[in-house]
Amino acid sequence: MALLLPESGLLFWMLLSFGIVVFILTKYGFPVIIKMVEERKTYIDESLLVAKQTYEQMAVVKAQGVAIVDEARREQATILKDATVTRDLLIKEAKEKAGVEAAKIIDEARKQILAEKDDAIRDIRRQVAALSIDIAEKVIRGQLDKKDEQMVMINRLLDEINVSKS
Amino acid sequence: MKRLYKILLFVLLALPVAGLYANEPEQKKEESKELDVRAFILEHISDSYVWHITKIGENEISIPLPVMAYSKTTGWHVFLSSEFHHSPVYEGLTIAEEGKYKGKIVEKDAKGEEVRPFDISITKNVFALLFSSILMVVCIMYVAKSYKKNPLQSKTGFAGIMEMFIMNINDDVIKPCIGKGYEKYAPYLLTVFFFVFTNNILGLIPIFPGGANVTGNIAITMVLAVITFLIVNIGGSKEYWKEIFWPDVPLWLKVPPMLPLIELVGIFTKPFALMIRLFANILAGHSIVLGLTCLVFVTVKLGVGMNASMTGVSIFFSVFIGFVELLVAYIQAYIFTMLSAVFIGLARVEPHHKH
Repeated sequence: MALLLPESGLLFWMLLSFGIVVFILTKYGFPVIIKMVEERKTYIDESLLVAKQTYEQMAVVKAQGVAIVDEARREQATILKDATVTRDLLIKEAKEKAGVEAAKIIDEARKQILAEKDDAIRDIRRQVAALSIDIAEKVIRGQLDKKDEQMVMINRLLDEINVSKS
Repeated sequence: MKRLYKILLFVLLALPVAGLYANEPEQKKEESKELDVRAFILEHISDSYVWHITKIGENEISIPLPVMAYSKTTGWHVFLSSEFHHSPVYEGLTIAEEGKYKGKIVEKDAKGEEVRPFDISITKNVFALLFSSILMVVCIMYVAKSYKKNPLQSKTGFAGIMEMFIMNINDDVIKPCIGKGYEKYAPYLLTVFFFVFTNNILGLIPIFPGGANVTGNIAITMVLAVITFLIVNIGGSKEYWKEIFWPDVPLWLKVPPMLPLIELVGIFTKPFALMIRLFANILAGHSIVLGLTCLVFVTVKLGVGMNASMTGVSIFFSVFIGFVELLVAYIQAYIFTMLSAVFIGLARVEPHHKH
C-alpha cells in the first residue's frame, strides 16, 4: 500500500523541478523550436513557389527568345528574298538600259558610217567627175588638134543639140 | 548474430560453475536465509535515502544522498545519509525498520511513537528526477539554441533527430487531438512527453544515474495528472460545462442528477486513470525485470542443472522484456501526452450545430 501513497518530499521536489522545467521549456524551449520549424517550412514553401514561378517565367522568356529567333530568321529569309528580287531587277534593268544604250550607240555609229559613206561616195563621185572631165578634156584636146576634126566635132555637137531640141 | 549466440552460450555455461564456487563455502550458512523476492523487489522499486550500486563481498557500495528534514520539535536537519551507517539514530532521526513508515525517516516523539518529520530529502527518486530534469532542459535548450543560431538551416545530428521527434509529437498527436488553438497547449504537452520519456528511459538503464523508478512513483504521476486536470478544466469551454451539468438527455435523467453526477465523476476519473496508468506500467516493468533477475538466485537451491537452465531463461526473458520496456517507455509517454491532449480537446468543444 505504501507504493500508492504519494510521499510529500517527492511531491515537493516534483512540483518544484517539474514546475521549473515546464517554465523554462514552455517559454524558451519548445515554442522557439516549433516557431523556427514552421518558419522554415513557410520559407521552403515560398522558395519552392518562387522557384516554380521563376521556372515558368524562364520558360516564357525562353519561348519568347525562340519566337524572336524565329522571327529574325523569317525576317532574314524575307530580306534575302527581297534582295534577290531587287538584284535580279537591277541586273535586268541594267541589262535593258545597257541594251538600249548599246542600240543607240550602234545606231549612231551606223548613221555616222552612212554619212561618212555618203561623203566618201560623194567625194569619189566628184573626184571621178573631175577625173573624167580631166580625161575628157585631155581626150578632146588631143582629138581637136586638127582643124577639121574640130569642125566635125562642132557639127556633131550642134547636131546633137539640135536633135535634143527637136 | 552468430557471435551473440556464442556469447550467450558462454555465459550460460559459465554461470552455474561460477555459482557453484561462489556459493559452496557459504552454502551452509545461507541455507536458512532464503531470498525474499517480494521484499527485494519492493525495496528496489521504492524510494531510498542512498543510491545503492552493488555489494562486493561484505562491502556495500552506495552513494549517500543528502537528508533534509524539518521536525516540529528539533527544527531543520541536514546531513548525508551515510551518517546512518555509523549509528542508526542520528540527530534524533532514524530510518524506520517496519510499521507504517517502513524505510522512511522518522523521529520518536515524547510518547515514544514514531512521527514523520517534514521530509524533503534528496532521495534516490528526487536525485534521478533532478538529474533527468536537468538533462532534459539541457537537451531541449541545446536544440532551441541551434535553431536560434541558424534559423533557416535544416538540422542534422542531435538537433535533427530531436526536431523529428518534437514535430512528430506536435503534428501527429497534439494537433489532431486538440484541434483548433492547439498552439497554446503544445509546449506544455511536449514538456510532459519528454519528461515522461526521459524518466522512463533513464529508469531502464540499470547503472547510476539511471534505474530509479521515477515515473513508476505515484507522487510523480500524480503531479503530472493534477496539472493536466487543472489545464483541462481551466481551459474548458462553456459547452463543456453545459454537457456535464445539463446534457442533452431526457429530463428524468438529469433532474435527480444522475447523469451530471456521472459526468462529474468522469472529470476526476480521467486524470486519475492517467496517473494510475503511467504509474502501474512503469512499476510493473521494473518489477518484471527484477523478478526475472531474481529467478537466477531463487533457483540456486534447486540444483545446478535447474539453476543453469533457469539462468538461461532469466537472461532470455530479461533481454526480451528489456526490448518490451523500451517500447513501453515510448508508448506510455505517447499515451500520456495523447490522452492529455484528447482531454484538453474534449474540454474545448464547440456547441453542436443543430441540423
